[in-house]
Amino acid sequence: MNTQALFSQLLIGLINGAFYALLSLGLSVIFGLLNIINFAHGALYMMGAFVAYFLLQWAGLGYWAALVIAPLVVGLLGIVIERSMLRWLYQLDHLYGLLLTFGVALVIEGVFRNEFGSSGLPYTIPSQLVGSYNLGFMFLPTYRGWVVVLSLVICLATWYVIERTKLGSYLRAATENPTLVQAFGVNVPRMVTLTYGFGVALAALAGVLAAPIYQVNPLMGSNLIIVVFAVVVIGGLGSIMGSIVTGFGLGVVEGFTKVFYPEASNTVIFVIMAAVLLVRPAGLFGRAQ
Amino acid sequence: MKLARVLVLVLAAALAAGPAAAQISDGVIKIGVLNDQSSLYADLAGQGSVVAARMAVEDYGAEKKGMKVEIIFADHQNKPDVGSQIARQWYDADKVDVIVDVPNSGVALALNQIARDKGKALLISGAATADLTGKACSPNTIHWTYDTWALANGTGNAIVKTGGDSWFFLTADYAFGHALERDTEAVVTKAGGKVVGKVRHPLNTQDFSSFLLQAQASKAKIIGLANAGGDTTNAIKQGAEFGIVRGGQNFAGLLVFITDVHALGLPTAQGLIMTETFYWDMNDKTRAFAKRFAERDRGIHPTMIHAGVYSAVTHYLKAVEALKGDDGTKVIAKMKETPTDDPLFGKGTIRADGRKIHPAYLFEVKKPGESKGAWDYYKTRATIPAEQAFRPVDQGDCPLVKK
Repeated sequence: MNTQALFSQLLIGLINGAFYALLSLGLSVIFGLLNIINFAHGALYMMGAFVAYFLLQWAGLGYWAALVIAPLVVGLLGIVIERSMLRWLYQLDHLYGLLLTFGVALVIEGVFRNEFGSSGLPYTIPSQLVGSYNLGFMFLPTYRGWVVVLSLVICLATWYVIERTKLGSYLRAATENPTLVQAFGVNVPRMVTLTYGFGVALAALAGVLAAPIYQVNPLMGSNLIIVVFAVVVIGGLGSIMGSIVTGFGLGVVEGFTKVFYPEASNTVIFVIMAAVLLVRPAGLFGRAQ
Repeated sequence: MKLARVLVLVLAAALAAGPAAAQISDGVIKIGVLNDQSSLYADLAGQGSVVAARMAVEDYGAEKKGMKVEIIFADHQNKPDVGSQIARQWYDADKVDVIVDVPNSGVALALNQIARDKGKALLISGAATADLTGKACSPNTIHWTYDTWALANGTGNAIVKTGGDSWFFLTADYAFGHALERDTEAVVTKAGGKVVGKVRHPLNTQDFSSFLLQAQASKAKIIGLANAGGDTTNAIKQGAEFGIVRGGQNFAGLLVFITDVHALGLPTAQGLIMTETFYWDMNDKTRAFAKRFAERDRGIHPTMIHAGVYSAVTHYLKAVEALKGDDGTKVIAKMKETPTDDPLFGKGTIRADGRKIHPAYLFEVKKPGESKGAWDYYKTRATIPAEQAFRPVDQGDCPLVKK
């Protein structure tokens, strides 16, 4: 294996890691504030891609509009889910939230599969991002470069808002002690709702980013969500930076596995998860409770 | 940490389980359609195969002839253990007389043994591995629609002849992919080409970029896709992104269905050549069938697997009627000795090794300008006559064939 090939696999791994990072970031944000393990995340990611497809088919709105509109639409749906279902569960064991969101995911995926089948629908790369750059060691498709840059920007911006701004400090405080924060005049329930909407919007954004790469497919979420949960477990539940770093890192690990032992590329992340749980049960970046 | 433990348990459960839909009933002639109802092969087989089986029963006029036929279906989730469990339940407890379709060669090979042990009938339309009529051939199984040998022989030969003499395989890592890769490699080597590399990816892979880079680095002229369904469409779509074709390499989709072409869209799929044994737009009979089929299956036009299920069930009913009985081993023997005739495949025969014989076709996907609309996708490049389309009966090492 020469260095050129190694570099290109590294880059490919980072690109796939970008999706893991975006999705696990949303999960971490939601878990951090709502204490909900959002199993519907994959289904909402899939919906992001489908909204992009609908916008193109029915409204003639292309990729760039979808990049903004799809997260808003799906985020709104998330808010409805939170208001109508999730908010009754905050006092209960994690298992209930997990079961509810898992059920929601099955319903959403079932409806889409019934309506659109399993082969998926075509969605093309926007004309501005067609083509590739010659990096010397490989031809990088422009679109993939865009995906990695945009995800990195969004991830770091989210981290900055939560860890370094006043709004973020409210969020973190509400995680620790919602009653006290409410006493200071902060509308905690509304903050919780918006946070869920935001986390869901991140998933939808990842869905729009994925649409031109993969088929727009009802199964795209369930194929990804289990891996993303493993990423979250490895990174440590609720840790923002943890999910970003682990997301990109595991993308790279998976990429290299595809070169050296491709048969194991589906399982390598779970092997790592098992190993990490044995050594650090709270995950690499998590705090033991 | 309790939460992590719970999450791991749930993950494990989610990995192991999935939707299962077994319907329990009892009847006289009971047909069980067993296939992928929910995952990457659900459009090319799935509910469409159930629709095709129902249409076959209706068109046969079973009710008028006083035959009571019942059709049930289930999802094997592409897992041999799940498929085997359903098959045992069906054959033993639910009085299912024949299981049809069974895409996914891994599941089909497992069922092949079960049907044989229990003396029941098994009609394979969806699975591809030519081993079903080779070393694993059985007096209880008929392999209906196509197989890996036929695909390799049709597509492989055509490509090597037009100059595609160095190959790199992207292979689905299970029985089907291995068989297809093996049979294609044999054809390529025999025709004077060479295989410069291969990589085996897990079933249902989303991202092929890493594999595509390896294929690119191999400098092979042809990237042979020994996979199917969603794996094939993802590989081709991402191949366009990585400039595979612009870089002078070409894809050989070794098993491509019309539903895959529909999913990719003509701009991406144009120019692909593939071997199939059925296309809906071949003659008036196939067109009429496709029209009725599409009305009942979300507008999807029938794949060759759907057509094969229709044809197989028709012939099965014929044999049962003639025998006035549904003992699995006897029905299969009767089916083998009776020539086949149905609107979709025309006249054909079934060999001693269980291979159904009919012509195969080499199709090319039309350019967007050539297509008159949705589902008008193929033009015929060549017809491979029935006697050349499948592996010669004496070359399969099938113990049922006397040499």
